[in-house]
Amino acid sequence: MNESLVPVAAGDARRGGLAPQRALPERVADLVRSAMSRQLAGPLAALAVAVVAFSLTTDTFLNPANVSLVLQQSVVIGTLALGQTLIILTAGIDLSAGAIMVLGTVLIARLAGEGNVLVAVLIGFLGCALMGAVNGLVVARWNLPPFIVTLGTLTVIAAATRLYTSSASYPVTSDVLRLLGSGPVVGGAKITYGTMLWLLLALALGYALTQTAWGTRVYAVGDSPHAARLTGIKVSRVLFSVYLVAGLIYAVAALAALGRTPIGDPSGYQTANLDTITAVVIGGTSLFGGRGGVAGTVVGALIVSVLQNGLTQAGIDSLYQQVAVGVLVIAAVGFDQLVRRRNKS
Amino acid sequence: MSETTPLVLTGRGLDKRYGHVLAMDGADFELAAGEILAVVGDNGAGKSTLIKSLTGAVVPDAGTIVLDGEEVRFRSPLDARRAGIETVYQELAVAPALDVTQNLYLGREHRMPGVMGTVLRRLDKKRMRQEAADHMADLGIRIQSVRQAVENLSGGQRQAVAVARAAAWGRRVVVMDEPTAALGVRETNQVLDLIQRVRDQGLPVVLISHNIPNVFQVADRIHIHRLGRRAALVRPGTTSMSEVVAVMTGATEASELESAVTDPVLTAAAATAPDAPPTWKDRSA
Amino acid sequence: MRLHRTGHAARRRAGLAAAGLSLALTLAACSTSPEPSPAGDGDGSTAGSDETFTIGIVEQQLANPFFAKLQEAAVAQAKKQGLEIMTAESKVAGDTESQVKAIENMIARGVKGIVLDPASATALVDVVEQATAAGILVVTVNTSLDPLDTAAASFETDNFEGGRLMGQWAKASLGDAEARVAMLDYDLADKTAAARHDGFLDGFGITDDSPEIAGTALTESNFETGQTAMENLLSAHRDINVLYTINEPAAQGAFAAISGAGVEDQVLVTSIDGSCAGVRSVKDGTIGATVMQFPTRMGEMAVDAIVEFVASGTRPEGLINSGTVLITDEPVDGIDSETSEWGLKNCWGE
Repeated sequence: MNESLVPVAAGDARRGGLAPQRALPERVADLVRSAMSRQLAGPLAALAVAVVAFSLTTDTFLNPANVSLVLQQSVVIGTLALGQTLIILTAGIDLSAGAIMVLGTVLIARLAGEGNVLVAVLIGFLGCALMGAVNGLVVARWNLPPFIVTLGTLTVIAAATRLYTSSASYPVTSDVLRLLGSGPVVGGAKITYGTMLWLLLALALGYALTQTAWGTRVYAVGDSPHAARLTGIKVSRVLFSVYLVAGLIYAVAALAALGRTPIGDPSGYQTANLDTITAVVIGGTSLFGGRGGVAGTVVGALIVSVLQNGLTQAGIDSLYQQVAVGVLVIAAVGFDQLVRRRNKS
Repeated sequence: MSETTPLVLTGRGLDKRYGHVLAMDGADFELAAGEILAVVGDNGAGKSTLIKSLTGAVVPDAGTIVLDGEEVRFRSPLDARRAGIETVYQELAVAPALDVTQNLYLGREHRMPGVMGTVLRRLDKKRMRQEAADHMADLGIRIQSVRQAVENLSGGQRQAVAVARAAAWGRRVVVMDEPTAALGVRETNQVLDLIQRVRDQGLPVVLISHNIPNVFQVADRIHIHRLGRRAALVRPGTTSMSEVVAVMTGATEASELESAVTDPVLTAAAATAPDAPPTWKDRSA
Repeated sequence: MRLHRTGHAARRRAGLAAAGLSLALTLAACSTSPEPSPAGDGDGSTAGSDETFTIGIVEQQLANPFFAKLQEAAVAQAKKQGLEIMTAESKVAGDTESQVKAIENMIARGVKGIVLDPASATALVDVVEQATAAGILVVTVNTSLDPLDTAAASFETDNFEGGRLMGQWAKASLGDAEARVAMLDYDLADKTAAARHDGFLDGFGITDDSPEIAGTALTESNFETGQTAMENLLSAHRDINVLYTINEPAAQGAFAAISGAGVEDQVLVTSIDGSCAGVRSVKDGTIGATVMQFPTRMGEMAVDAIVEFVASGTRPEGLINSGTVLITDEPVDGIDSETSEWGLKNCWGE
């Protein structure tokens, strides 16, 4: 439907109300606000604090090589977390994200070793998309809780991956598959194509979420599925599309993983599902759906990597890394609750 | 209102049976152009089934529905919406985290002209915000900005957004199902004012309400539903609140009301002769 | 607990964290086997001699090549001895339910002995005590029960000794150079991980607090976490020249980080497991030395002990080392080792 909202006859009947003309400073303020929304301010502050702290306490953290290392270490979980963000925005959750990606890596690594690399990549993408579609179909059509559905598919996919590989791992020999792990070195910092792809994908997804009708509907479905349904949005169709797109993003993550870690390993990325949820939540996206976005998730993934990298360099026991991440998760969830409660009253 | 006003939406002989329960039993209904028609009835009178069959949520077993002179059969709420009938629900059917503009356009967004819209599917946010602001102003809804998240509005303002949405997209009829049930007195009055402004802009309104004083405040006519059918059609100016309540509860027969405006001949004409616009003769005028 | 390529310890950990995942896995395992069928008829031979009797072999999930190798060796040895065999396996990591049911069936069947690779150090204690009370000799392989004397004996790798061999080789290979040691561990609450870690320190002649240790990091005993942890350690300490790894996949991941940093010639990589993939990494120079463990010997020794007990009444006792052999193509004086050629003939897995 493409008609105007304004009733034709009513153009001259303006009564008080608001003045639609907005001053320029206000529009600038709006721009700044949308670029650095309240949801993004917290994660950015946390990232800044971590970076400053490690820069002061170690003399190895803040150099180009290490910063590029942190970026590289964020790519796989960061890419996966983009798909997880979509799903969490619809008030869902995907416990099978890592398992789908691992399936993608072993499919691609094994098939590339046996035949054509591009065919292997294609099959890897199809496999991941199919798994995403299965999740989406069950969640959207049968209306089952995503937590349970993806817990089930996690178990099935992980087992299927082990059966397919007989628990063996497949080293990557193809230069094509290692491409995402390579890239130009600028001033001592290696900028891998995987890093670029991750950030590009985040930009594209951010565009889709904020600038297209599909994005608005994803937010609406997560915010209030009831209201979305009443306004005529086909909620199950939106949900299905989200899980399908997430599956495709997991396939990109599989490629990024092979570029960085040149092995298709069924025992790899066992905690990736939780790591992605951590990145999404720390990034300020609400587990209750409808709030947040990919910019926060990128920052969230960086925070996790910075903590791991910095605390290792500072010689602090790895268990404290987990403590630090856990505290951040609780802080993020608590902050989200606070925001929601205040808005409700 | 003129001597004869065209009927916009009529129902004739509507039946609906759920197992042994007859929820609608030959119910009639008529809504004239430019009026606010209140539908009142006790709990279980079947007014909900009537409204649902007019908005596509229920498919009646028998009877006819005529919209602007053409017989229609709604299989789903989407059918009714496509035909120009918008509904505002009792519960707040807005997405709280989305802003006012997004809520107004939810499911019907404008895309940018040209390649940006067709290929990149980019939303024309500027146009939507401008039009949303104009529309809210036309309806006299005072909010700071159409970029405000709906959750930051008061309950009355939120319902105003829902009403504004229905008024924007309803080309023929807006149905409001208990729109003030969740609101306080002051906010209720704001929404009632808004309903009148929607009517003044030319859209007929069906208002379902339990609150008889509210109904008398804004309705042009009152449809009293009882035992699955219309018991009476009255005007607030000539019928008292206690009479309406008496008919609702069955204490008084509708035929005892001198002011009843039921006119079976004309409503029958509406159902059978779609080519000639049926009219409603305003007896009280 | 074993630590190698499939890293089931890591999986268990992820499961715990996933709040309910373990439960779901257990439920899944139960539902796949409503009636436990521990290979009822066995596939043993029927030697006509009056010494023929039945033994039970209870393994962990055979998808894991280490467990598969162990089971295969035990079955082969039992056949060689002319025994009847009942076999069973857990369905997934930590699936004790299948193992308990299998042992109950074996008790009912009247086996003389049971070879058990326990999925849990504690959950199988009761059923093993029942079997022992029924006059059955139960021996564990690969890992033991808690308390240790629940089973008659345990045939397993001496992980402290394995770690010590790694440490000794690294120390001797380094010579007079100043040591800068990095350690890629698995959760040290795990007794295998702790034994290997402590053994390495002992063999190298240092302690956890020694200045020679440049840094330590936790891994999940797999390639990916080995790589990330080593990248971070190298970023802070470019001068690392000795690396301890919890297993071979972690070592391979660490090597990816080492070659990424261009310090291949500087770091001595040591590991432990003896999988064929690991030995190949020794051959191609990725890993300097690894310590092989012998699932085959565990299975054979356990079966032989049962045969000996039935024949003479001699009970095996305590922890019995199934052997550790240092595999390297750069041997050092005074430390026994075998070449990667030898290793490829004796390795397990693919």
